[in-house]
Amino acid sequence: MDVLYFAWVRERIGLPRERIETSATTVAGLVEELRAREDRYAAAFADLSALRVALDQELSSFDASLQGVREVAFFPPMTGG
Amino acid sequence: MQVSVQEEGFEFGARAEAFAQANNAMGAIVTFTGIVRDADQGGLVAMEIEHYPGMTLKALTEITQTAMDRWSLGDALVIHRYGRLAPGEQIMMVATASRHRKDAFEAAEYLMDYLKSRAPFWKKEILDSGTTDWVAAKDSDEDALDRW
Repeated sequence: MDVLYFAWVRERIGLPRERIETSATTVAGLVEELRAREDRYAAAFADLSALRVALDQELSSFDASLQGVREVAFFPPMTGG
Repeated sequence: MQVSVQEEGFEFGARAEAFAQANNAMGAIVTFTGIVRDADQGGLVAMEIEHYPGMTLKALTEITQTAMDRWSLGDALVIHRYGRLAPGEQIMMVATASRHRKDAFEAAEYLMDYLKSRAPFWKKEILDSGTTDWVAAKDSDEDALDRW
């Protein structure tokens, strides 16, 4: 699946998107996999309360299933307007 | 219903006037525009607005459609910019048209509250000291959604 990062999450991880093969079944499971990869991922995902997630461009939650999902995006709370 | 996500600027006055003329049977037009202001500590050189291209237009359209369904509106307009903006430039505008001002005002406030917390934009302040700051979301912005 494609994993996208925005704002300071993108800066902390150092790239805007990447393709990831994962066996995780939930967003939380994917986050655990990413955290274990490298320090920069662990730093970006240190505090999930400071993050939001969208699945296929719809706002979702960390306990959501990844079944059938093609695009996951992680970002801080939005600041539009 | 008109929704636009764009990098280029827009003329608030001209857009408001065109919207009002197109809805001149409605009786009530409410408009709002948001402008880049200086950072709290001063010294803002620019504001960079990042967005999520695959999601932004869809999210704005859903928010605007919900407002159209919920209030008695003849039309609604939302423009939101992204990219690098200088202090004093317009970031976004909303306009609502209704037969009654209460619907026009409430729908415009709803649009503003949801654009702030549910549209995938992130603002970064570029300061003359050379530092940059991501603008943090406020708890009060999230709380503002509760009243709807």
